[in-house]
Amino acid sequence: MSDFILRVSGLTKRFGGLTAVDNVTFDVPAGEVFALIGPNGAGKTTMFNCVTGVYKPTLGRVTFLDRDLTGSPPHRAAKAGIARTFQNIRLFEYMSALDNVRLGHHCRMRSKLWDSLFKTPFERREERRITEHSMELLTLVGLDHHAENYARNLAYGQQRRLEIARALATDPKLLLLDEPAAGFTPQEKVELMELVGTILKRGITVFLIEHDMKVVMQASQRIVVLDHGEKIAEGTPNEVRGNQRVVEAYLGKSA
Amino acid sequence: MSAIRNYLRAHVRDPNPIAYALMFIAAVFFPVVVQFATNGSGDYLVGLAADGGVYVLMAIGLNVVVGFAGLLDLGYAAFFAIGSYTYAILASAHLGVTPIGHAAHVPFWLLIFIAMFVAAGAGALLGAPTLRLRGDYLAIVTLGFGEIVPSVFRNGKIWTGGVPGISALDVPKLPFWIQGPWVNQPLGFTTEEFRFTSANLTAYYVLMVILITGVVILVHNLQNSRLGRAWMAVREDESAAAASGVNTVSVKLLAFSIGAATSGFAGAFYGAKLSYVSSENFGFIVSVTVLAMVVLGGMGNIPGAMVGAIVLYFILFQFLPNAPAQIESLATSVGLGSLNHATPNGWPGLGEEVSRAKYVIFGLILVGIMLLRPQGLLPSQVRKQELTHASKTALVAAAK
Repeated sequence: MSDFILRVSGLTKRFGGLTAVDNVTFDVPAGEVFALIGPNGAGKTTMFNCVTGVYKPTLGRVTFLDRDLTGSPPHRAAKAGIARTFQNIRLFEYMSALDNVRLGHHCRMRSKLWDSLFKTPFERREERRITEHSMELLTLVGLDHHAENYARNLAYGQQRRLEIARALATDPKLLLLDEPAAGFTPQEKVELMELVGTILKRGITVFLIEHDMKVVMQASQRIVVLDHGEKIAEGTPNEVRGNQRVVEAYLGKSA
Repeated sequence: MSAIRNYLRAHVRDPNPIAYALMFIAAVFFPVVVQFATNGSGDYLVGLAADGGVYVLMAIGLNVVVGFAGLLDLGYAAFFAIGSYTYAILASAHLGVTPIGHAAHVPFWLLIFIAMFVAAGAGALLGAPTLRLRGDYLAIVTLGFGEIVPSVFRNGKIWTGGVPGISALDVPKLPFWIQGPWVNQPLGFTTEEFRFTSANLTAYYVLMVILITGVVILVHNLQNSRLGRAWMAVREDESAAAASGVNTVSVKLLAFSIGAATSGFAGAFYGAKLSYVSSENFGFIVSVTVLAMVVLGGMGNIPGAMVGAIVLYFILFQFLPNAPAQIESLATSVGLGSLNHATPNGWPGLGEEVSRAKYVIFGLILVGIMLLRPQGLLPSQVRKQELTHASKTALVAAAK
């Protein structure tokens, strides 16, 4: 097996005449924090959507753990071990925090229709087990006291953390975080970085989109920069920071 | 009264167990009370209640589709028809007159499950190509399906009996039965073959109560399982559910099939009790009535759907048909008896007038209930939240 958990090669996504992602290639090393940055509209979220199967790429391949995942539907990507959060939080608002996380276990559960219909001992045991595990995850993100609350009644920061807990419930090997620190206070950002550290320790690779340069530079080992759908730079935080094209993309060309 | 209400509100977080208990007790004592109140001539009412049970079953099934999974199904009666016709064809002399030439008399107890699976299969067959559609589009497709199925049965010529349908269906039989004081015999078993006939409607009623109890237990289990959670998630946010590992297509397909299965189950019972099926009985009005029951009772809540079905069934099949006679006697007793007679200047008489306005009254009752209790008679906790939230957002928006 290669050291790269996710390989994106020559990926292009067109919407009609608009090319959102243009022939992008990069490899995400296992066990690290990998960041995807770029100005607004650079195609970062489109890239995430292609990786998780929300969009089918126009061209190119997505390989996860040496398996071709190009164009397979989202639930199969989740089953393969790719979990994600969304830029605009997408929780099940009228389900409790606990149920949100329990739902995340769906693709790892083995109860069949028969088990559910007749509440077989197997189903009861499995439900008990995933409930316990869900509580552990809620504790991990600091929401154990809010287990019974509806997701929509949680504070903004709590909702973002709940989304991470739900994603972790799918037992991923790769976690995609789409702007996890958006709208966070400096204190919350510190806590988020700690959480990312804990997730890494569990052997989960983190792939994130982030606008906050402080977070990106501190947290990630490797960065890819997109602009207008094209990859303009790749490297360590220091390499990227000094890259002329990156500076131009963010600040505009000097005359 | 209000003290009790306040106490209940403060101390009972989940009214469902109480609703189940009350319904079960009411169901057990209903035949006794009716026979007692009518001096033993209440068979008709007990039979009516057994028919009502068919609607309760359908409401429970449609609640899975509409309430749990959020798929608007406007052709639900189609599965009811499929269940009924499956029963009719396989439990009568009918196959004998078709080119097959041999009548099939499959026992009711087996056939009710066959009908269930046939309906579930039809649900899967309809669902597979259409469940990619969302919301309104799905509703239109199901509407079409609901029109097509009765039409196929109507035009099925010899195979489905055409317009007159199929009659003289087998009745359920049991090799033993319980007897007791209610038939003036000592309590005990008889080993005589027992036939469910129209002379013994209480037997149908008991059977119906047992079927409903079973279905409620199974659907309740489903609601609180992995699948029930997935349905809720799909209803709330399909993309997020898919990203969390839920195969949304298969989960929706299951909701559709399970709803259809319940309807097919009800259909077989209906065919057996009526001993007759005709495509006329499965029109759009049936689908809409069942949908109204679910919405009015409280979408997404099993006891809610059941209460909705019972209330609407009572209004439609007991209250409204009797309303003209009741109004006439009321008018007589308050001294307005003259209103009961038709006059030459066009007044048709009070009873006739009420009878003509039957569906206006029905509509007014529906509108009234929805105005007073928009969340339904016995709403799920979630729907209640959604509704209060929606109205609060509307208020905030209006204030801005």
